[in-house]
Amino acid sequence: MSLAGHTPPAGSGRPIATGPSRPLLHVGSLQMQYPARRRGRSDAPTHALDDVRLDIAPGEFVALLGPSGCGKTTLLKILAGLIDGYQGEAWLEGRPITGPSLDVGVVFQEPTLLPWRTILDNVLLPAELVRMDLTAATERAMALMAKVGLSGFEHKYPKELSGGMRQRAGICRALVRDPQVLLMDEPFGALDAMTREFLNIELQRLWLGSGKTVVFVTHSIPEAVFLADRVVVMTPRPGRIAEVIPIDLPRPRRLADMAQARAGELLAHIRRHFSHEGAGD
Amino acid sequence: MSSDDAFDTAIEPSGLPERRTPRLSRLAERLGPRALQSLLVGAVFVLVTGGWELGVRLADVPAFVLPPPSRIATQLWAMAAQPLFWADVAVTMKEVVLGYGLGIVLAVLLGVAIAQVALLELSLMPYIVAFQTIPSVALAPIFLQWFGYGLLSKVVMAAIIAFFPILVNVIAGLQASGRDEIQMLRAFGASRSQILLKVRVPNALPYVFAGLELGVVFALVGAIVAEFVGAKAGLGNRILQYNEQFNIAGMFGVLIVLAAAGMLMHRAVGLLKHRVLYWIDRHERH
Repeated sequence: MSLAGHTPPAGSGRPIATGPSRPLLHVGSLQMQYPARRRGRSDAPTHALDDVRLDIAPGEFVALLGPSGCGKTTLLKILAGLIDGYQGEAWLEGRPITGPSLDVGVVFQEPTLLPWRTILDNVLLPAELVRMDLTAATERAMALMAKVGLSGFEHKYPKELSGGMRQRAGICRALVRDPQVLLMDEPFGALDAMTREFLNIELQRLWLGSGKTVVFVTHSIPEAVFLADRVVVMTPRPGRIAEVIPIDLPRPRRLADMAQARAGELLAHIRRHFSHEGAGD
Repeated sequence: MSSDDAFDTAIEPSGLPERRTPRLSRLAERLGPRALQSLLVGAVFVLVTGGWELGVRLADVPAFVLPPPSRIATQLWAMAAQPLFWADVAVTMKEVVLGYGLGIVLAVLLGVAIAQVALLELSLMPYIVAFQTIPSVALAPIFLQWFGYGLLSKVVMAAIIAFFPILVNVIAGLQASGRDEIQMLRAFGASRSQILLKVRVPNALPYVFAGLELGVVFALVGAIVAEFVGAKAGLGNRILQYNEQFNIAGMFGVLIVLAAAGMLMHRAVGLLKHRVLYWIDRHERH
């Protein structure tokens, strides 16, 4: 990571440029408005994103942090190619995003595994959709599942697994086509705190050395600080980037590190964005 | 089961109602819920038939008004010895199976088309709802005119009656897919037909089977009604003949056979459902 040594720029309102390498993901003066609901009263259109600028370097782990309604999920969905009708620039590898890409894997809030498929068949689904060679994909899926501790559960059905295990299967599914970019939309939000911390450690382990670029949406400040190279703080109505904070804690990070002075400073710094709004963690 | 659990599940996995008395629940624990139910059903049978037999004999009700169960049983036994009776069973079953099959094919084809093409849904749904409010039974004389006294008018009647519950469930099932699942497939680049095959169809199957279970019973009703209006053979025809002969015991006998046939077919569809919907928990299925 080329970010070591940065200190949090106190109160700088603009995203900072990343290192010298060309950004893998580029977002420039991005605007997104949802039209007013048809049957509703004369609502004004929802201004989900306003002038969002962000460059993400290859291999970077970026957390999008903010209260609900700040547009972080909208931003992620635009990057995933699931929403169009935005204005401004949203580029992947220098090209405008017009739809889902093979180079992107998505992990959702809910694991959304298909209940009639075994865990392995669920993990293989993205490979199946683009008619990849299934023998190779199966090998890759098995290796991924072994990495996240799902060995022996390949032929179980989703209902036989715990919530944490299901979400791990969801991560394997997102990685099965070996994408460059992993987009994660509050993947651990529905899990209990202990499972969540454990999966944060697992995710870091999986990501370190993988070279993958991760965009991770969360509304948990500690989770963002623990995982990310940079935390992008967003504010709602309209969704804007308030600050981008480099997290200069050494890797691999341990949960205990979060009790250290530097981590405490970062947490406190980020928390100030939300304290007066009564939102955040 | 503690009383707290009543907040979570109205019906227990065993299918026994939650509000049973403590004594019954102790009995259920000792025998198992299934055995307990068999015991209770058996007890009701003995009480009802015993009371019926006794009442008819004591009040000296004539057999052409209400025959005693013993008489129905002997009548049934005698019927089972006649090859002609089994020929009637075969005729009616053929009508039901062919009609049911035709109803399934039509309902699934139209249901998939309506669920996939918004234009069809908008233009056809009002007609389908309107047509459904016609008592289909009233169509039987028309079908007799169009398709004659033979097999075809019965098959069409059975098909029409079985058609609606299946159609409605196919449409509901195909439209029931979770937005999350569809969005997930879209994010991985699935095409429209892949979304249909890999999510919508499997998601629809529990609904479709609910329709199929209703449909098979409806098909039997349709075949019998069509036979009532005009037929040369079949169990419905046999009921009419017994009626003319004032053979009320014989009519009851045929009714019992029809009930048994209906239950058997319903059970067969149910077994198939459990096979196909392997991913759904047993107690959620019912």
